[in-house]
Amino acid sequence: MFKRAEGDTRRSVTIHVEGRAIEAREGDSVSAALLASGLDARRATAVSGAKRLPYCMMGVCFDCLVTIDGVGNRQGCLVPVVDGMQIEIQKGKREIGK
Amino acid sequence: MSAPKREQYAVVVIGAGPAGLAATASAAGAGLSTLLLDENAGPGGQVWRAISSTPVTREAVLGADYWSGAELATAARDSGAEIIHRATVWSLDRNLELGVSVGGGSAFIKAKRVIIATGALERPFPIPGWTLPGVMTAGAAQTMLKSSGLVPDGRTIIAGQGPLLWLLAAQILRLGGRIDRVLDTTPRANYMAALPHAFAFMTSPYVMKGLAMMREVRAKVPVVKGVTELAAAGDGKLASVSYVAGSKRETLPADLLLLHQGVVPNVNLAMAAGVEHRWNESQLCWTPVLDADGNSSVPGIAIAGDGAGIGGAQAAIWRGRIAARAAIAALAPAAVAKLDPIAALRTGLARAERGRAFLDVLFQPAPQFRIPKGDTIVCRCEEITAQDVLDSVAIGATGPNQLKAYRRTGMGPCQGRLCGLTVTELMAEARGKSPQEIGYYRLRAPVKPIMLSELAALPKSDEATKAVVRG
Amino acid sequence: MRKDYDVAVVGGGLLGSAIAWGLGRLGQRVAVLDEGDIAKRASRANFALVWVQSKGLGMPAYTGWTVRGSQAWPKLADELKAQTDLDVALQQNGGFHLTLGEAEYEQRTQLVARMHNQTGAADYRMEMLLASEVKKMLPLIGPEVSGGSFCPFDGHVNSLRTFRAFHTGMKQFGVDYLPERPVASIAGDGGEFRLATSQGEMRAAKVVLAAGNVNQTLAPMVGLSAPMGPTRGQIVVTERTVPFLPHPLTTIRQTDEGTVMIGDSKEDELDDRVQNLPINAVMADRAQRMFPHLARLNVVRSWTGIRVMPKDGFPIYDQSETHPGAFVACCHSGVTLAANHAFDIARMVKGGALEPELVGAFTAQRFVNDAGAGGSGYY
Repeated sequence: MFKRAEGDTRRSVTIHVEGRAIEAREGDSVSAALLASGLDARRATAVSGAKRLPYCMMGVCFDCLVTIDGVGNRQGCLVPVVDGMQIEIQKGKREIGK
Repeated sequence: MSAPKREQYAVVVIGAGPAGLAATASAAGAGLSTLLLDENAGPGGQVWRAISSTPVTREAVLGADYWSGAELATAARDSGAEIIHRATVWSLDRNLELGVSVGGGSAFIKAKRVIIATGALERPFPIPGWTLPGVMTAGAAQTMLKSSGLVPDGRTIIAGQGPLLWLLAAQILRLGGRIDRVLDTTPRANYMAALPHAFAFMTSPYVMKGLAMMREVRAKVPVVKGVTELAAAGDGKLASVSYVAGSKRETLPADLLLLHQGVVPNVNLAMAAGVEHRWNESQLCWTPVLDADGNSSVPGIAIAGDGAGIGGAQAAIWRGRIAARAAIAALAPAAVAKLDPIAALRTGLARAERGRAFLDVLFQPAPQFRIPKGDTIVCRCEEITAQDVLDSVAIGATGPNQLKAYRRTGMGPCQGRLCGLTVTELMAEARGKSPQEIGYYRLRAPVKPIMLSELAALPKSDEATKAVVRG
Repeated sequence: MRKDYDVAVVGGGLLGSAIAWGLGRLGQRVAVLDEGDIAKRASRANFALVWVQSKGLGMPAYTGWTVRGSQAWPKLADELKAQTDLDVALQQNGGFHLTLGEAEYEQRTQLVARMHNQTGAADYRMEMLLASEVKKMLPLIGPEVSGGSFCPFDGHVNSLRTFRAFHTGMKQFGVDYLPERPVASIAGDGGEFRLATSQGEMRAAKVVLAAGNVNQTLAPMVGLSAPMGPTRGQIVVTERTVPFLPHPLTTIRQTDEGTVMIGDSKEDELDDRVQNLPINAVMADRAQRMFPHLARLNVVRSWTGIRVMPKDGFPIYDQSETHPGAFVACCHSGVTLAANHAFDIARMVKGGALEPELVGAFTAQRFVNDAGAGGSGYY
């Protein structure tokens, strides 16, 4: 859906999505990195389980919710990637212990 | 990323976009203890997003207006103000106490003056299928472009109206991204309606830039004007976009649909603080009731920037300076002499606002794109449709708050930001009332979610404990 | 003279709606006069418990009335479901009041003993459980939980959906719900009541005052009294989480939608536009000590509401001597007692007289004899 433009010289960062390593760039938000990765990053809503992807990318719509380093329902568009970050796709309601 | 250093500041500015940066630079520059709190990773707000970190360094891509933000970001940084990014202000009350969350912990701080510069968000665009994966706002695509150098790559359609739409399209093309079609929803009648304001617009800075950008896009992408219907479709993700323009109905296969029909003030924090807002008939949104210095109905709280009513980045800078000047005059009168005279600031603001009335009328979105029908989703969080809202009106809902009781609209994590305007206008139409009469959700802290542990860690009084632990 | 309606119900909250729905169900022509979008509405600020334990200390009749209401709830839920297809998510498998630390446990133990010793209180099998016993039923409790009281009759419901079901059902019964018509005055003579509203006058053969704390002002207009002592309460609500709480607590419940409601507080302040954040901090702290996993959940909303609260905490149901056909009904527990209001009070209003064996104890005459004696209104 998205590709990286040429001339991006930012440092490469590795994050893990559902255990799979993907490359991102320093300064990417988690959501941007997921959208750039080409992986199926659709979350399921907590109401009906409908599939969603980020809508606003500026912290207001909450459609970018994702589990980051074991903490569920975080706004992926507001969190910058960090090397080694563990990402899980949000599956409906917040889970116990996440 | 660390918590505020002090418990009290002379001025707390919320939001590091044009208004917030300008206000911060002025207030701190005059020697006031100033704290700037911002939710993003760096300064710039939305219009200058990632101004100090963007990988898109070729100046022509993002344009001179974007790069003009660097100077103000530097001025704020060097002003002596304390600046905290990735800070979420989740509470503000009439006593000018703020609840701020930084790095998973919350603190209460107190201000003598608060300048809310939380800017704008994109107007809801509730068409059929707008919740499908692959449908995003144009602003979302622009955010990814500015902060990560990401551009659309699949079959991409941009739909809607307004200056930002054309700017985004031009930026995507300059950066080698793909756009298959632009669907322009500007109502044809708006061109005539806007005519009386055309002279002011023709002499404003918008006109040449705007026309040049539209030419640039048209040279590379087919543009369909006069689009009167729009729908996204797909099973679990976007597959196609249908539209009607004139007598023509067409369905295009698509991977990405970018929607935009202008921006509206982000009112949640101000409303939760008790600031009076009124329905703005020309901008079709809620705007705060302010005096000439940006002071709101709550003593000590001023609002600057697009949160005060949409005026664009240049107007936001002037409003930020004016609000800061009023704070300086109140808190450090001796420092006022060194500032620009208020008349100069007001002249600057007037110049920046020139042409705005034309844009407001020209780009007023058509009713069918603001007031949806049938099973089109209104509230994205609770997945409530237009028909659900009408059914609630039929059994007695008179306004957004009674609707909440019936259908939970606005009770999800976005707290009405993506449905509030739609709900007000939809109920107004259904009941034959004005949006002002219908009103808006009553908002309260936390205006953004915070962890229960953060709330639990806040100071507790014996009195508060007694009010809860009652045997 | 032709009257517009058999009954005018003043107040469209849970209590007024329950009575109006019940009257509509009995074939009465009913109008409900209500305020507009911004009003002090306990119906949208309540905690949604269908609660029995510890109610009625100081007034045994209230215990019996509460147990009756609890037992009638399944019938109400079934009828609403059949009529409106709305499932109000009634769950009555027992509820807890949990205690943190020994002192709270001792205090609760004494309350339970006092309830058992009160003669005339219906037996509702409220018992104290040690933490180890609680843990068998609520496996996620934290180490600070010292135990708690349990009552097998307690439960909860989705109160907003109940509200919507009543309003949907009222419409189907032909009840006229008339919002944005606060009642300014009521005049009654010759078997007819005339209610002045902001949108003109309305006439009805009978009138039921169900306007919450406003009953205090309205009741004297028809020869009744309703001394009220409202209090302010706050609640915080989390995002939706997977089901973890099989029983409701007095202070924590998980809705059928998945959100966790955390209550509650009691203050004499009556401004519902502001909230006291230190109180929210106390509630949040206690909630995470009871269930440590809640600590990381996001709080998405909080609210302040004004309790409808008769002066002594117990319900008021009364009928006018001077204005026959005028009734007043107000209570704190509009959710718990909804079935009584829908079935019993509606039947009595239609029949023209309250039934003393069921509600005689709740007359406001009690305030004339013993002004301000407080009791256990809830929990």
